[in-house]
Amino acid sequence: MTVETDVAAYATRLGDNALVLGQRMIEQVAAYPELEEELANANFALDHIGQARLFYTLAGDLEGAGRDEDDFAFRRPECEYRNLLIVEQPNGHFGDSIVRRVLFDSWYLLLLDALTRCSHEGLSTIAARAIKEVNYHLRHSSRWLVRLGDGTDESHDRVQRSLDDLWRFTGEMFVPDVLDDEIRITFKGPDLGSIEATWRERVAKIVAEATLEMPADQWMASGGKQGRHTEHFGYLLSEMQYLQRTYPGASW
Amino acid sequence: MKQEWPLYEVFIRTKSGLSHRHAGSVHAADDEMALTNARDTYTRRSEGVSIWVVRSDRIVASDPAETAAFFGPAEDKIYRHPTFYDIPDEVENL
Repeated sequence: MTVETDVAAYATRLGDNALVLGQRMIEQVAAYPELEEELANANFALDHIGQARLFYTLAGDLEGAGRDEDDFAFRRPECEYRNLLIVEQPNGHFGDSIVRRVLFDSWYLLLLDALTRCSHEGLSTIAARAIKEVNYHLRHSSRWLVRLGDGTDESHDRVQRSLDDLWRFTGEMFVPDVLDDEIRITFKGPDLGSIEATWRERVAKIVAEATLEMPADQWMASGGKQGRHTEHFGYLLSEMQYLQRTYPGASW
Repeated sequence: MKQEWPLYEVFIRTKSGLSHRHAGSVHAADDEMALTNARDTYTRRSEGVSIWVVRSDRIVASDPAETAAFFGPAEDKIYRHPTFYDIPDEVENL
């Protein structure tokens, strides 16, 4: 492994998070109850897809094996995806989707913020662009969480359950592996330990404002970064990759 | 049972120095949501630098039936128009 291939693997991982969350959000396009929220959701989904494209292109360039963004997105099997498990979970109801975005985007924003200060120019440039988008996404989703949590009894109870259900997927965000350490040491990259403390503080603040309870410490699911996915992921990939698998090389 | 969210009118300033212009309307459950919905609906292609939203039912409007009484008297008073001045080319946005 060279430094280039390490950064390529790291960028692929970031691209996987963005692509898979974007794909989940795209599943809801044309299904929103309000036109304005429909537009917001589609905008956000495309922001994530745009970020994935940048990360994959960087990964392809560094890797030097001639793979382009489509190769990364459509021609890899399940076990080569290194996204966090939280982004591949099914959308559930609206509250589930909002809670997922609050939990993930709070982490993603801190990660991108740290990446803007890392010494790898390719990563810091993409992070500087993405952070503006994610900043707004989080503002949108956290306002919704407050609205639902502090809304009716039913919306409060349902969104509390969403929070309790998804909590077990937050642990792996903060557990560094060899690649995380490599990026942190070689390029002054994100320190997941310090991100965890800030993340907890910020999420607790939104949760409190939403009159919800922070879930208790519990067993945490992990495996996304190692390519071990939950059963939902295969279905997502088969739908997303269907066209390229059926008609290899098809283009517009 | 579907209850519609209240309607908000959206005003966007396209460039610093210009005034806000009516862009359209959005539905939203509260003021904060109206602002984000306006942003997501009307500024997707960098159309603006500032947004105002106001609940449509808070706007006090003139009555179309009274147009004649309201605006008619100004029609024949050309001396109210500053048409006797030359405007220098350098003056923009007047």
